[in-house]
Amino acid sequence: MTEIVDPTIPVVKNLLLLDSEGKRIAVKYFTPDMTSVAAQANYEKSVYAKTARTNARGEAEIIMFDDVVVVYKFLGDLMFYVTGDQDENEVVLYSVLQAFYESINLLLRNAVEKKTVLENLDLVLLAMDEIVDGGLILETDPATVATRVTMRQDGDGSPMSAEAASNPGLVTLSQAFGSIKEQVARSLLK
Amino acid sequence: MAATAQNTLEPLRAGGDKAKDEDMEEELEYSPFYGIEKGAVLQEARVFNEPHVDPRKCQQVITKLLYLLTQGESFTKSEASDVFFSVTKLFQHKDVHLRRMVYLIIKEIIPSSDEVIIITSSLMKDMNSTNDLYRSNAIRVLCRIIDSQMLLQIERYLKQAVVDKSAVVAGAVLAGAIHLAGANAEVIKRWSNEVQEAINSRHPMVQFQAVALMHGLRANDRLAVSKLVTQLVRSNVRSPMAQCLLVRYVAQVIAESQPGVGNETRPFYDFLESCLRHKSEVVIFEAARAICNMRDVTTRELTPAVTVLQLFLSSSKPVLRFAAVRTLNKVAMSHPMAVTNCNIDMESLIADPNRSIATLAITTLLKTGNESSIDRLLKQIGGFMSEIADEFKVVVVEAIKALCLKFPQKYRGLMNFLSNVLREDGGFEYKKSIVDAILQLIREIPEAKEMGLAQLCEFIEDCEFNFLSVQILHLLGEEGPKTKDPARYIRYIYNRVILENATVRAAALSSLARFGAHCPDLRDRVLQLVRRALYDNDDEVRDRATLYLYQLQRAPQGPESVDPQWRIPAKGLEAALTAYLEQTDTEQPFDLASVPEVAAPSPAKAKAKPQGLAAAVAAGMSAAAAPVTQTDEYAEMLKAVPQLAALGPVFKTCAPVQLTEEETEYKVVCVRHVLEGHLVFQFNCTNTVKEQVLEDVSVTVDLADAEEFSEELVLPLEVMPQEGAGQTYVVLARPPGSMALGRFVNILRFRVKEIDPATGEAEEEGYEDEYQLEDTEVVAADYIKPSFTPNFRAAWDALPEESEMVDDYGIGQRDSLQDAVEAVGRILGMQSCEGTDAVPPNARSHTLLLSGTVVGDVQVLVRLAFGIDAQRNVAMKLAVRSESAEVSEAIHAIIQEA
Repeated sequence: MTEIVDPTIPVVKNLLLLDSEGKRIAVKYFTPDMTSVAAQANYEKSVYAKTARTNARGEAEIIMFDDVVVVYKFLGDLMFYVTGDQDENEVVLYSVLQAFYESINLLLRNAVEKKTVLENLDLVLLAMDEIVDGGLILETDPATVATRVTMRQDGDGSPMSAEAASNPGLVTLSQAFGSIKEQVARSLLK
Repeated sequence: MAATAQNTLEPLRAGGDKAKDEDMEEELEYSPFYGIEKGAVLQEARVFNEPHVDPRKCQQVITKLLYLLTQGESFTKSEASDVFFSVTKLFQHKDVHLRRMVYLIIKEIIPSSDEVIIITSSLMKDMNSTNDLYRSNAIRVLCRIIDSQMLLQIERYLKQAVVDKSAVVAGAVLAGAIHLAGANAEVIKRWSNEVQEAINSRHPMVQFQAVALMHGLRANDRLAVSKLVTQLVRSNVRSPMAQCLLVRYVAQVIAESQPGVGNETRPFYDFLESCLRHKSEVVIFEAARAICNMRDVTTRELTPAVTVLQLFLSSSKPVLRFAAVRTLNKVAMSHPMAVTNCNIDMESLIADPNRSIATLAITTLLKTGNESSIDRLLKQIGGFMSEIADEFKVVVVEAIKALCLKFPQKYRGLMNFLSNVLREDGGFEYKKSIVDAILQLIREIPEAKEMGLAQLCEFIEDCEFNFLSVQILHLLGEEGPKTKDPARYIRYIYNRVILENATVRAAALSSLARFGAHCPDLRDRVLQLVRRALYDNDDEVRDRATLYLYQLQRAPQGPESVDPQWRIPAKGLEAALTAYLEQTDTEQPFDLASVPEVAAPSPAKAKAKPQGLAAAVAAGMSAAAAPVTQTDEYAEMLKAVPQLAALGPVFKTCAPVQLTEEETEYKVVCVRHVLEGHLVFQFNCTNTVKEQVLEDVSVTVDLADAEEFSEELVLPLEVMPQEGAGQTYVVLARPPGSMALGRFVNILRFRVKEIDPATGEAEEEGYEDEYQLEDTEVVAADYIKPSFTPNFRAAWDALPEESEMVDDYGIGQRDSLQDAVEAVGRILGMQSCEGTDAVPPNARSHTLLLSGTVVGDVQVLVRLAFGIDAQRNVAMKLAVRSESAEVSEAIHAIIQEA
């Protein structure tokens, strides 16, 4: 794990996707302070304990404890968390959180629940990979993240369709992309 | 395996144990990963090696492998390399989605350096592909796995990618470079031109990463950073994230620049202010935060930032409310008046469903509140306290304590509040914080003592924490006998002797004994109570009872022997006793005289750093608390030296002054202790030279410029080992109670003995040497210490009117009244009263009340009226009252000289 040396760069300590009982669905830790599985499990446990009873369904919520700030949002039976240092700009973390849950929402076509997330775990893992790279924020626009996950090139959409037809395994991904455009348009109209 | 997340987080796979399986069945939850097992998945991974791979199937297997990793499973080295080798085969397949998963899993199982070579050619091929996503992902993987040597080989391609027109490619390589820059700064620096071009990118995230990388490369060069900042401020940075970084850089440049003189504006302040009007919230908040955190920020500079944050307070987004209230809370610490405009919004936040926000709002209100609003606030908080978790309550209690110290007249309401919450349910940490708060208030506010003691008595009647009971009983023993009516505490204490467990009984007995010792008229009754404990079933309690009976009745030193004056540091005693017990021969009785009286230089106590909300709220408060403990430590040090202890109590210990440059062979720090008739220079010397022992170390103080002093005593330091430290003292006498000033030239004298590196022994004969130190100066402020005056008006009226001396002074141009108030406060070194150290924003005049004690325990009060005109010229009227006219004159003299 390479560390980001310049202290002025905003750093995301981890992205967590837990289910409604606090169990891991997908997590990614970026900083060297929590590398052991036990430390991570402890951390997830305390985050869950402190947030489970709050209402983060409408607006994303925020909590500060130990030496971290956590922004989080509950969607369906899932909980999305983004952790940063206690001195981090809360609004920056919030934009990462938005990218996190919005992109997954786009990829899963609004069906954000534990079952679909597990069935499409590859998409979720790829989305996390596209948002944060080793703690550094890579992209915060949900639609851009989603197109990159589905391997659509920014701006053009043709070369993949032939392959998709010949390969039934790709259908879900292409469909996902189709719905992304739709939803982006819808969210803009809102 | 023992430490995988499965154990604690119960994943969706069947472990070996039965109970887990049953759980799963009850849940009846469908999961594609149900029953997943590492061994089986590794078997499945063999499909990668088949001649005709099914991309869909392979994707699934990779997902399963990643799932296992996510759940905390780890692969052994050989398992990982097996997976890696079979995954590399998949590069032959054209399926884009499969390729994306291959990239991902390679980043997860980072191959060892000798394996990397297998895939570099495949990745290089992808790097030159026509598909941007292939290129960007290949670059990200490469940046993650290559070493410095390979970086040199592919540098050309990476450098070219920085200016790629595709955002995803440029972003990937910039992000990779930021990670690589730590170890390979020299290589990455050669890309400066390309990075510079990327800064102008149309795509926001590319711009952000390019700016971050550029700064990272220049971070060690202040000039280069300031050039970059100037360039960026002028150019139009479109990306909000990049703008955010720029705000941080600007804040750094401001922090490093000299504070502006007079009303000259800070460099770049206008830029920060313009960022407050940015369309992105990220930038607005970053700028507001930067302004609030500026060193010596003035009220005028704060105002626009506070206005913006005030808008955030009523945002529908909890994140914004939290960010704003946290920042304002911090501002309230140093500039309470600047935040008062937000009080109405803050009050509505007390009901915020997010308890962190509510707690921060309350503590902010407590900091900005004025005397009249306290009662109303307390009422609001009362209801709130029962709803929040202990960790928040602790924060509120801290804030209440601080408020009470600020407005001592209000102690009644605040103490009542504390005692009410003390009676409610709560954990140990919470109760401890309340008790600590009351203890401190008792110490600082004399009027509050009786009330506080009574509350604590009530509390121990029903206290489940031994630690707190013992602490309180000790305090009762110390303070109780000095109160007007000591008898009233006896009942509470004796109840403990009857009802509690052995630890508390013993403590209660000690407490009783002190009443017996210090209150002669209660002694007989106390003796009777102590006698009853002679038949206690605990050894310690019986022993104490016997000891106290002896001390109170027959001890040759009289009843006072109950609390002996310990000159021996507890640490030293502990060490000596441990050493004694380790000896085989315990026939010899332990000799107290064998305990060294000089406290071994204890490493600075690492205080538990407040975390979470407490940290957000406490920042700044701890700074005020630190010097007190330091003074205590010095007092202990002086007490440990018999010749110094004989001089009497220390009146004031001044802040340490460094007499040598940093990083010289010998480091000397001087601490001045002011005593009634003496002045003690304590020189803390550190020998940083490895191969030398210094002996007979002393400091010669030249008194040519300080006629009123005469040298009384020099205590040299016998030996200072290599890389060791020690103290030497010089005692000067002056007429008791006088405020003699002077400047002293200091020379460090010592004998050097070289150490033979081969044997580690010091040579026999050393040579004398000396070392010129910086001068020390005794100023008038050394003789004044801040003291607490709860009711300034009453104290002022109580002092003789004829001692009052009034004069006017002009103190020239100042940034603001606050500036002037702080400057004068610093010179006099006195305690401000009634929160008058904070000037309301835009005030044209202000009155500062100061209280202090001058050496010889003479009380002195100062009333300072400030006025500022349109040209920012500040004038002040200084009125001093004290118990002696001489002292009043001296205060005026201080101001005249300054």
